[in-house]
Parts: sequence; C-alpha cells; structure tokens
Amino acid sequence: MLAVTTVFLPLLTAALVGLLSRSFSDRVASVVTCSGLGLSALCSWLLFFQIVPAGEGFVLPLMTWASSGALAFDWALRIDTLSVVMLTTVTTISFLVHVYSVGYMAKDRSVPRFMAYLSLFTFFMLMLVTADNLIQLFFGWEGVGLSSYLLIGFWFERPSANAAAVKAFLVNRVGDLFFLMGIFCIFWHFGSVQFATIFEVAPSIAHHTVHFLWTDWNVMTLACVLLFLGAMGKSAQIGLHTWLPDAMEGPTPVSALIHAATMVTAGVFLVARMSPLFTLSDTAMTMVTVVGAATAFFAATVACTQTDIKRVIAYSTCSQLGYMFFALGVGAFGAGIFHLMTHAFFKALLFLGAGSVIHAMSDEQDMRKMGGIWKLIPLTYAMMWIGSLALMGIWPFAGYFSKDTIIEAAYAASGWHSDVAFYAAIVVATLTAFYSTRLIALTFHGAPRADERVMDHVHESPRVMTLPLVLLAVGAVLAGVLGYNSFVGDGRFAFWAGSIVGTPGDVTDLAHHVPLLVKLAPLVCSLFGVLAGVVFYVWKPCLPGRVAGAFPLAYRFLLNKWYFDEVYNAVFIRPAFAIGRLFWKTGDRAVIDGLGPDGLSRITSGAASVFSRIQNGLVSRYAFVMIFGLTGVVTWLLMTAFR
Amino acid sequence: MSAFPLLSIITFLPLVGVLGILLVRGDQEHLSRNVRNVALLTTTFTFLLSLALWFGFDPAHQGFQFEERVQWLPAYNIGYHMGVDGISVLFVLLSTLLSVICIVASWNTVKERAKEYMIAFLVLETMMVGMFCALDFVLFYIFFEGVLIPMFLIIGVWGGPRRVYAAFKFFLFTLAGSLLMLLALLAMYLSAGTMDIPTLMTHHFPAAMQTWLWLALFASFAVKVPMWPLHTWLPDAHVEAPTAGSVILAGVLLKMGAYGFLRFSLPMLPLASADFAPLVFGLSVVAVIYASLVALAQEDMKKLIAYSSVAHMGFVTAGIFSGTIQGIEGALVQSLSHGIVSGALFLGVGVVYDRLHTREIARYGGLSTTMPRYALVFMVFLLGSVGLPGTSGFVGEFLIMSGVFRVNTWVALLLGTGIILGAAYMLYLYWRVFMGKAVREDARLMPDLSAREIGMFVPLVAIVLWMGVAPDSFLDFMRVSVHDLVTNYQAALAAR
Repeated sequence: MLAVTTVFLPLLTAALVGLLSRSFSDRVASVVTCSGLGLSALCSWLLFFQIVPAGEGFVLPLMTWASSGALAFDWALRIDTLSVVMLTTVTTISFLVHVYSVGYMAKDRSVPRFMAYLSLFTFFMLMLVTADNLIQLFFGWEGVGLSSYLLIGFWFERPSANAAAVKAFLVNRVGDLFFLMGIFCIFWHFGSVQFATIFEVAPSIAHHTVHFLWTDWNVMTLACVLLFLGAMGKSAQIGLHTWLPDAMEGPTPVSALIHAATMVTAGVFLVARMSPLFTLSDTAMTMVTVVGAATAFFAATVACTQTDIKRVIAYSTCSQLGYMFFALGVGAFGAGIFHLMTHAFFKALLFLGAGSVIHAMSDEQDMRKMGGIWKLIPLTYAMMWIGSLALMGIWPFAGYFSKDTIIEAAYAASGWHSDVAFYAAIVVATLTAFYSTRLIALTFHGAPRADERVMDHVHESPRVMTLPLVLLAVGAVLAGVLGYNSFVGDGRFAFWAGSIVGTPGDVTDLAHHVPLLVKLAPLVCSLFGVLAGVVFYVWKPCLPGRVAGAFPLAYRFLLNKWYFDEVYNAVFIRPAFAIGRLFWKTGDRAVIDGLGPDGLSRITSGAASVFSRIQNGLVSRYAFVMIFGLTGVVTWLLMTAFR
Repeated sequence: MSAFPLLSIITFLPLVGVLGILLVRGDQEHLSRNVRNVALLTTTFTFLLSLALWFGFDPAHQGFQFEERVQWLPAYNIGYHMGVDGISVLFVLLSTLLSVICIVASWNTVKERAKEYMIAFLVLETMMVGMFCALDFVLFYIFFEGVLIPMFLIIGVWGGPRRVYAAFKFFLFTLAGSLLMLLALLAMYLSAGTMDIPTLMTHHFPAAMQTWLWLALFASFAVKVPMWPLHTWLPDAHVEAPTAGSVILAGVLLKMGAYGFLRFSLPMLPLASADFAPLVFGLSVVAVIYASLVALAQEDMKKLIAYSSVAHMGFVTAGIFSGTIQGIEGALVQSLSHGIVSGALFLGVGVVYDRLHTREIARYGGLSTTMPRYALVFMVFLLGSVGLPGTSGFVGEFLIMSGVFRVNTWVALLLGTGIILGAAYMLYLYWRVFMGKAVREDARLMPDLSAREIGMFVPLVAIVLWMGVAPDSFLDFMRVSVHDLVTNYQAALAAR
C-alpha cells in the first residue's frame, strides 16, 4: 500500500491538476501537487525504514500488461533496497523542487500546467525505479523523456525552448533504440524480461555466443553494451550528451529535477539494476568505465569556459555522471549509487541556488553580467558555497565521501581501464574545484557588472524558495556521513541485501585500503583547483583573457563544447532534411510517378494523339493499356509456369 | 454454425440504411438533416451489433466463428461463406467504429450532395465489413473490389482541387493490383477446385506455383498497404480526400493489404512467403526510412501524416513476414493502433482545416495557447504515433521489432530508426503547429474543440490508452488464431 501510494499519488495529482487546470487557481494547484508529492515522499521514507532493516524486499503485482507467445510482461512494483534508495531520493528532491517552484513560478501564466508536469515527471521516474521487468522500466524511461520534453519546452513561445525540447526527446530516442535492442536480446536469449528470471539464468548462459548484425558476440557483452548505449542517452554520456546542456531552456526548477533526481540518474540506475549481468562481461564493464571517465573529463573541460551559470552546472552534472559510471564500471556499484544520492542533493541545491541568483538578477543568466552581489543575497551565497564544496568533494561535505570512495575504487581495481579512470578522476577533481570556484567568483564577487536597474532590484528570494535550499543544504552536508557506512562501508551487505552485486573483498573493500597518498590526492587536487580559481578570477582577473588569447584554438574548442552540436547538425540533421526533400521531389515525383502512372499517362496520351485526333478520354485509355498490358504479362507467366 | 446470421446482418445493415436514405424526401435543409440522422443511426446500430462479436467471440476456439454457409454456385463449388477468427474479428469492430466516427466528422462539413455522400459511406461500410468476414475467395474478391468504388467516388466527388487526378491514381494503382489478384484467384481455383478459404488454407499448392501466386497476390496487397515503391497514390489520395475519407482510407483500407497477407499469402503460400520474406523485409525497411524522411520535409499536414502511414505500415509488413508469434500479433496490434491513431490524426487535421481551410503547416502556430483541449488530444495521438509506452503504438511496434529481431537483427535495428525519425517528424509538426506564436490573426482566433468534436475524440483517446496499458484484452482475441497460423507456417517450412 505504501509502495502504491508513493508511486501513484504523483500521477493522480498530475492528472487532476493537469486535466482540470482551468478550474484550479494557481494556489490550489500548488497545494494539491505539493501535498501529493509530500505525502509520496513520506510514504517512501516509511517504506525505506520498513524494507531496509528487514533486509528483504518484495514484488507487488498490479495487473497484467501484455503477453505474446513466450514474451510476457506485467505491471508490478519491485521494492528492494536499490529501489527504495531511489524512491526516497527522487521523492524528497522532487518535493523540495515542487515547493521551490511555487515561489519561482509565482508570476507565470500557467502554474497548474507546470506543477502537473513536474508531478508527472516524478511519477514516470518512480515507475522506472520500481520496475520489476525491463519493459516497465522502459515505460518509465520513455515517460521521463516525454515529461522532460514537456518541461524543457514549457515556455513554448520561445523557439530555443522548442528546439531544446525536441532535441532532448530525439537524442534520448537514439539511446532508447539501443535499449530496445538490448531488451530483445535479453528476451530471446534469456527467455524472459523479468529481472528475477534474468538474474537467475544469467550465470548459466554467460558463455553463449549470439549473432548480432555483422558478427558473433558474447551474449552478456551484447546485452550489456546495448543497454549501456541506452543508458548513455538518458544519462548524457559523451556522444549522446548534447541534449543536457540545452535542457536548461526549461524553467530552473526543471533543470534541478532533471539533473538531480529524475532523469539523468536513470542510466546509472539501469546499470546498477542490471549489475548481475554487467559483472559477467568484462568488455561491457571496460566500456562503462572508459565512457564514464571520458565524459567526466570532457564535460569538466567544457564547464571551465562556459559563461552561462546554468550551463556550467549542467556540464558539471555531465561530468559527475561520468564519475558514477566509471564507479559502476570498476565494479563499485554501491559507490556509484552513493554518489548518485549525494549528488542529487548538492546538484539540486546548486541549481535551485542558481535559480535564486537568476531570480535576484532579474532573469539574467550570464555570469559576465553578474558579480558583487554576495552581500546582497547572503543566504543564497552561503547555499551556493555549500553546494560547491560538496561538489568539489571537500571534507566533511557529502561529495567527499562518495567521490573519494569512487576514486579509491578506481585505483584499487585492476585493469587498464580503471587506471585511465583513476587519472581522469584526479584531473577532473582539479577541474571541478576550478570551475566551481570560478562560478562563485564570477557570480558573487568582484565589481558589479550588471546595470544599475538590475542591481537595485537584487533581493533575497522569498522563504518558499529559500527553505527548500536550506533543507537541501542539510542533505548536501549530512548525506555523505550518514550514508557512508551503509552504502559503501562495513554495513553495505546488510544494507543492499543483494539488490546490487557486491562480495566481500571486492573493489569496494579494497578501496578502503589504498595508500595514504591516493586517499589524499583528490583533496590536494581540489585545493589546488580552488587556488587556481581564486588566482584566475579573484586576484588576477586579467589572467583568463590572456590564457584564452594565448591558446585561441583550444579556447574556442572548449567554448564550442568540442563542436559536437556542429558536427551532428552537419552529419545528421541537415542531411536528414535534405534527403527527405530529395526522396520526395525526385524519388516520389520524378522517378516513381514519372516512370509509373504519370509516365504511362504521357505515353498513352502520346499514342492517342498519334492514332487519333480525338483528345478526350485519355485517362480511361491509359487505364486500359496499363491493365491490358499487366494482364497479358501475368497471364503469360501463369500459363508458362504451369504448363 | 451459428443459427443467427450475425455477420451478414452487420455487413448488410448499412445497405438497409441506404434504402432509408433513398426514401428521405423534403427540401434541401430537411433532406440533409434527415439523411445525416439516418446515416448516424444506421452506423451506430451496426456498431452496437458488432459489439456482440466482442462479447460473443470465444478466444479459445480454433478456426472460424459465427460461420454462415449458403450454397451459391454449387456447380462451381463457390459458396456464400462468412466467418471471423482472431485475425479478422477486431478489424470488423474497427470498421464499424470508424464508420460511426466518420459520419459524425462529416456532420457539418459536407453540404454538397449530402445524400449521395452518406450513401457512399454506408456502401463503403458494407464492403469493408464484408471483406473482413468473407470466407470464400470469390466473395472476398467482390468485397475487396467493391471497396474501391465508393472510395473512388468519395475522393473524386467530395475531394479537394486535384481530386480527379488523385481519385484516378488511387483507382488505377489498386485496380492494377486487383487484376493480378483475379488471375491468382483463377489459378488457385483451377488447382484446388474450390474457393472456400478455410479449405484453401489446407491445400498444398506446388512450390513453383506458389511463387507466381504469391507475386500476383503481393502486387494487390502491397498496393493497398501501401508498400514502397507503390505508395505514391496514398499522399495524393489523402490530401484530396475529405476528412472522413482520409480516416477510412488510413484507418481501414490500408489494413486490407495486411489482412490479405495474413489470410492468403502466409497460410496458403508458406513456402513462397518464406522465400520472399527478405524482399518484404527490404521493402519494409526502405518504406520506414524513406517515408519518415519524406515526412520530415513535408509542409502539408495531411501529406505528412500520409507518409507517416507508409512508415507505420512498413512495420506491419515486416512483422507479418517475420513468421513469429510476436511479429504477427504485433502487426495486428499495430494495424489496429494505426487505424485508430492515424484516423484520429486525420480527424485532428480536419478540425483545423474546417476552421481555416488550409493544410499548410506554416499558416498555424501557437495553437496550444488558444486551443488547449485540441493540443492535448493531438498530443495523445502523437504519442500513440511515435509509440510511447503506455499507448497502443508502443505495443505494436515493440512486438513487431522483437519478432523481427529473432529473424534478422539488421532489419530490427533499421526498423528501429523509424522510432527515432517518427518522433522527429511528429514533434517537428507539433512544434510548428502548436508551439511558438500564431503567425496570423485568423489562426489565433480559432475556437477550441466543440462538444461534437470532443465526443468524437474521447472514445479514440480511450482506446489508444486502453490498448497501451492493457493490450492483453486485445491480444487475447488473436492468440489462438495466430498460434495456429504460425504453427502451420513453420510446419510447412519444416516439411520442405
């Protein structure tokens, strides 16, 4: 009952408010959705304390969905430690975002619609994490894609918002296609799409070989690689990340929700959920690690040059997701989910804090037009510091515990891919500290660069916005300390209770016994990054320009985000339209119609004008000739074939 | 044998309505009102009667149900034989449902020759239902061809400016296929000595003969589906046809091809079907990708949806010839889903066309502000069209792709690009029509959906979601028939 309430209450409030949006005042709509989410969060916590101490979960069947031959899947809720961790994280963050939105969206024309979308978004994510089979997971998966499309394009009169919304949906769909292929592969070779059956069958067929496209694959490798390609889309890993930075076209609370809890974490969750399969394929694990490390590095470099406050945080999300993935890739599944959880708190905090800044600056997002406002909005300033420190992984903030475990696990794991990940992680830690410091320095310090009219209006946000910030800050400080023992420490076996793979003596255990130098390295690097940031943006503000001037190519490369969008536009988008027009005008009109009916028509009319001067009845003649000819040909064929 | 000739009554009831319409007298005003009422009453009653099939159909029964058999031409072994199985029964319901909706959709829009228009529609309904119920090849052929005539008139008389070109193109493409089917019919009669479809399904045609028969039937069905490159009549026909014509065209007529493959090609000509499966796969993949890309470039709403039909039907043909349970059940679900969804999308275009009298996408924009109900309804059908899980479109495409994956992973992957491109052209359409700002004043002043229009859309929305969330209630009908079909198909291949 708790589980059902947790998952379906947001759907109920979304439907209620969404369908009757015009009969609800903004206030009623806000109260209904916020209390719905609040209740859902409460239920998820109750569920957490019911499931986790007991050490075992359950599956709650709801109703049949579809079955076709051997392929059968039903609606059900799978409640175990992994899903309740996700449930509590998602509902808590989402609840705070809901409350914050009441203040942030107060002046918008369609508050009920916005609140309904937020709740709908949460519902799909909850369906995703409680799925007991791959199809239901895919339902939630596509559902969050849809909701993100609706929310990113919420201000639908702006062309850029529409473009970003469509882009988010389509880039995600590319990943989804591979996810689907992964599901088919698992269905045909494992014989089921139910998690329980899949995990049971997996060890016995781990060495099977299957044919896919041009070659033979190990079945585990194929299934995991395909699923991971899907995860790359949803979790914005390098190559399929391009939608995420654009997603900030949506209102800021949406960015907080997308980046913290309800969408990008889905890929990480998928890999963790399928950990019994992934551990059986070294190739897939290597791929996860390398892609994660590459994304972490790529996104961090880009974040250092962006000037839009939300875009910096967006790339930072991308980068942190990279951390989560290579944690999974080296086998530290608990650490990956741990970072997912702590990151949800501090990233939501950073985004909502940024929203508070934007609110204060009269909707300005460009950091070049900010500065000198820390005394005017001290609470927001403090919140941004807490969020940033947690992001950098400074003790005792939440990020320290999760991120350090990941880095240590990468060191402790064996194999070239984990070495790559370890060194990338160290570099990225430095970059993270650098761009975080840069963000704070540019936004809050230095001389005010906004015009006077804006500066006069700088004000602290209303309490309905600051209260969620404070609560998130509490999470960003405490989530690490409180979770450490259960997620990755000695208590982890009792805590996870088999919902993710973990064995005594595995990489998570080894991570606790790495040399002191390795333990200190991230912290030292972070401090170095902070120092560099301070030098560049506080002490010597002329330096960034000079560095950029000295390396113009590198600077433009980073500023233009490694040119992914430009390449995709040139390779996929523009050709798609061009080919479409070509097929239409040339293929359909000139070739098929030209040689087919229209051509016949011309020939007929030509012949007609030769044989007779009478020009009427052309079409019937052309029909006659065509039919006569076809009939003759087939008659001849049939006769000769059977005589 | 059913004592009560339910199928015949459902089939011919619309003709009784035609008689009723012919009896209507009065001045122009009264005439068209009464004619509409008679037509609505007839189609509604037919639909209600067809619901008896939904409740009375025994999903566990093997073979045909509600059978009726009357001697017709005993000397030639040709009879009046009607019956439905799990493959055809839902198509009958689809036809009767969409017929009601089409009458409602034409309520205020058809002013010229309303009497003849309604007669054409009722005759069309008889032909469609009869086609899905016929169990004698000659009978089937009569209905199959009979569909052409009213449809030809609906496009040619009540269509747009280029209606004559479109009507003839439609007629010629389909007639060319039909004649080949007639030849196949004769050849099959000569070989098997009967026209009874259940008997033909158990008759073993020689392998060489199967090849030619298959090709002849293929020409006919492929035009109807339509498969690439025989699809070019469809966009023209859709663009010129009145809204209700497009609905029936997309909703039911395209399914006749898919139904033909399942009723004739696969069960009667299994060897040839297996041999030509790669050809069908190839054409299906080309249809999906080609039509999707062309849809992306369209500037006319109806053309865009017409091309999307070609793409969606590409999934259906691939699913059928995968010869797997999932592929075929998926093809059936996809056919039903596409019937509802694309029918509804054409109705949706009709809504704004009635208000602004243009189908040009660029003339619209920002409709979500001024027509929020319409935007919501259209969004639901858009989601059905792009196959979002939870809608009917997902179930069909998912099952098809999983069936095809079993047979050929390349085909599955390439079909899958259709789900990306499908989302692209549909969202791009939605963007241009519903998002942004209204380009012109008159587009901004359009009123939201009327009560009649809402009444028309609500059942369709309900079916799209119902079929997406609980598709088992539809799949249950098909299970036994599809299982038998696949078993016989595989057995025939194994015996080779």
